[in-house]
Amino acid sequence: MTIALRSFAGALALSAIFLTGTALDSGRAEAADMVVYNGGDVTSLDPHKLSGDWEDRVAGDIYEGLMTEDPKAKPVAGQAESHEISDDGLTYTFHLREDARWSDGEPVTAEDFVYAFRRLQAPKTAAQYAYLQYPIKNAEAINTGKIEDLSQLGVRAIDDKTLEITLERPTPYFLGALTHYTAYPVPKHLIETNPDDWVQIGTIVTNGPYKPVEWVPGSHVLTAKNEEWYGVDDLQIDGVRFLSMEDNSAGFKRYRAGEIDWMTDFPKDQFAFIEENLPGQAHVVPFAGLYYYVFNTSKPPFDNADVRKALSMAVNRQVIGPQVLGTGEPPAYGWVPPGMANYPEDGARVEWADMPYGERVEEAKTLLSEAGYGPDNPLNVVLRYNTNENHKRAAVAVAAMWKPLGVNVELNNAEVKVHYADLRAGDFETARAGWLADYNDPINFLDLLKSGVEMNYGRWSNETYNKLLDQASSMQDLEERGKVLKEAEQIALDDSAALPIYYYLSENIVSPKVKGFEDNVFDKHRTRYMSLEE
Amino acid sequence: MTIDLPPCGGDAGRQRGVLAGANVSSCGTLRRYPRRHRKHPMLRYATFRLLSTIPVLLIAITACFFILRLAPGGPFDQERALPPAVLANLRAYYHLDDTLIVQYLRYLGRLAQFDLGPSFTTKDFTVAQQIAIGLPYTLIVGGSAFLLAMVAGVISGVCGALYQNRWADYGIAAVVITGLVVPNFLVAPILQLIFGVKLDWLPVGGWGDGSLPYLIMPVIVLALPHIARISRLMRGSMIETLNANFIKTATAKGIGRRRTVIGHALRPALTPVVSYLGPAAGYLLTGSIVVEQIFGIPGIGRYFINAALNRDYGMVLGTVIFYMVLIVVLNLLVDLAYAWLDPKVRTR
Repeated sequence: MTIALRSFAGALALSAIFLTGTALDSGRAEAADMVVYNGGDVTSLDPHKLSGDWEDRVAGDIYEGLMTEDPKAKPVAGQAESHEISDDGLTYTFHLREDARWSDGEPVTAEDFVYAFRRLQAPKTAAQYAYLQYPIKNAEAINTGKIEDLSQLGVRAIDDKTLEITLERPTPYFLGALTHYTAYPVPKHLIETNPDDWVQIGTIVTNGPYKPVEWVPGSHVLTAKNEEWYGVDDLQIDGVRFLSMEDNSAGFKRYRAGEIDWMTDFPKDQFAFIEENLPGQAHVVPFAGLYYYVFNTSKPPFDNADVRKALSMAVNRQVIGPQVLGTGEPPAYGWVPPGMANYPEDGARVEWADMPYGERVEEAKTLLSEAGYGPDNPLNVVLRYNTNENHKRAAVAVAAMWKPLGVNVELNNAEVKVHYADLRAGDFETARAGWLADYNDPINFLDLLKSGVEMNYGRWSNETYNKLLDQASSMQDLEERGKVLKEAEQIALDDSAALPIYYYLSENIVSPKVKGFEDNVFDKHRTRYMSLEE
Repeated sequence: MTIDLPPCGGDAGRQRGVLAGANVSSCGTLRRYPRRHRKHPMLRYATFRLLSTIPVLLIAITACFFILRLAPGGPFDQERALPPAVLANLRAYYHLDDTLIVQYLRYLGRLAQFDLGPSFTTKDFTVAQQIAIGLPYTLIVGGSAFLLAMVAGVISGVCGALYQNRWADYGIAAVVITGLVVPNFLVAPILQLIFGVKLDWLPVGGWGDGSLPYLIMPVIVLALPHIARISRLMRGSMIETLNANFIKTATAKGIGRRRTVIGHALRPALTPVVSYLGPAAGYLLTGSIVVEQIFGIPGIGRYFINAALNRDYGMVLGTVIFYMVLIVVLNLLVDLAYAWLDPKVRTR
């Protein structure tokens, strides 16, 4: 009668013993390593095959370009200890460090860089981010197949340790672009002998402060000190375990349990909890990025600048960051995020930025009625966004703000691939979009509104704007260039080319154990500047 | 030994037997083939079942291949649009610029050589490599959950049956049904919060060195709904069996309750449970995206959904093929287990 019950109880007791017995040695094995919640899985360890910021965190630790970032993400000397720029701003000469070596002890040579830049642009490499190095002479022509001879690329080795790069036109942000992973060298000696598998753990060699030693897709990439790196003696952290995790709530629990030292993202709805219970650990600071809505200006009624202006004026940006999203994203009244280099500090703003919100709504109503819309003839708008809780919150709020103007909004969401495919095809009325800076220069954002650019989803086109951008591209005087760019930005804002909503914030939480983590607008934090204290 | 040998010889006979295996159950067909095959009808049956999946697999691959391409958006659509030239380079690199039929034939050609092709999202590993890397994790977690579900489900079900409609029965029902109705994306964070964050007994997540502490929570979360289903099936089937005449006979003969239940009732009562084990094993061994994401386990559960979202065509097809083969094999094992458990099936 009781045997079944007894064995059931026995099984329970046994598992209880198991549980408590093993709980004792659940210690964390990798105490000397920093554990980072890194978002998605890394696509590759080949710097020419990357496209995400989570990949940059790994690649930036294991490779180093001619230039690299300081703790504030400013470009500083990396593999090149010095450089000269010709007076016309077209020729850069870099002198590599004598002690620059790959992790197998081979020297890093100028030829490695020549090889890497050619490989990046070669069409058969199919590098997604090749266009970031288009300022280099003939890069675009090679990448698009117009020139087949790779040696036409404006990069050449003068000797083993001297590299010369020639540009298409003066590019004030070029040194910054050289810190990007598209400008990392790759080990020519290894790729030529082992083109398919050179990137596998055990084979790969890198030239950065760390080298990858373990990679389990879906779990983590583990790095360890690269003993050949010139500054290895100063490295405080032995290695980093970059966790591939996309569930930030689960990640946050692991952070609270001390299993994670740094999270590169956290659940927004936990922000208040973190501020209260883990004071000082949330690093929420401006990030060089813009969140905006784009109007399809090739379709009525969005070809009418007054309609666009009315919709833009009616969006109360002050409440979106602090109240709708809860993390306090700063309102965007301009196109270029604050703090960009080579740009006047007081960038352009929409002229109605300081108008009280009530007046703005009234003026928006007037503009719409002049355009023929009103209570009798309501404006119907389909607003699209890619499926995401935060985009949804913002879209619902914006729809509610447009409602008093007599605008009927239909919200329509799609997963991210579909969303952007439709945006590219021009198959939308208004849609959510965003842009994070690739390099520290306003042109990065202003290009989004240039005619004929792929990312100009709204097809907004203005001749003067295009001319000003072209004019700026050949200017050497950075101050004058900044003024011209600001003039262009003002044109776009006055014409309500698109609807800037807020500037992004970077959202890290960092354990008090981690020292040397410095906030910066590019959200780049290299492990070599950090240390762990127990 | 070869009295009934068909004219074309043993090997051909075996082949025909396999292909014409739909008639396996008909004695008339069986008699025409060599006796050694008659001795192993299960083996023949298994071979037939495995081979008959090939056309099914082909149809599924074809459907999957074309349906995937109908989905809007492509693998390289993303927040940052790529310049047309770069996009063209990428499409050429992965042969996506060929016509669909050419791509389809190329895929089949590769598949015939057991090559599942490249993945667009994890470029350093092929689809086959990724499945090979993720599979052990899924097998360990899923297999442990399967064992736990089976043991706990059967024991609690038998208990429920023996104490039918008494407090123990209701208590067990309440516990296991709770495990069934509370979804795993809720159970998992609660367990993490209690045992990982508050009590600090277990690691909140990750694989660590793969030791038991890392396994406990994911295995329990995965097993919970199956414990409930197995327990309910077992209870019902056990109650039915205990009322059967042969059990009454056994009881009348004075065999103890313990021997009656374990020696006589358990095996026949397991039959409905076994029919559930096939799908359950299929579910557990293909991994769970929820459990893997929440506990940070690098298994194969997330591949399918992530690959579909990323339009990683090769990865989607690879996982579909893998799942199909796995499920076919598991169903086969269930059928064989049936034969072992139920003499009626065996003699048929």
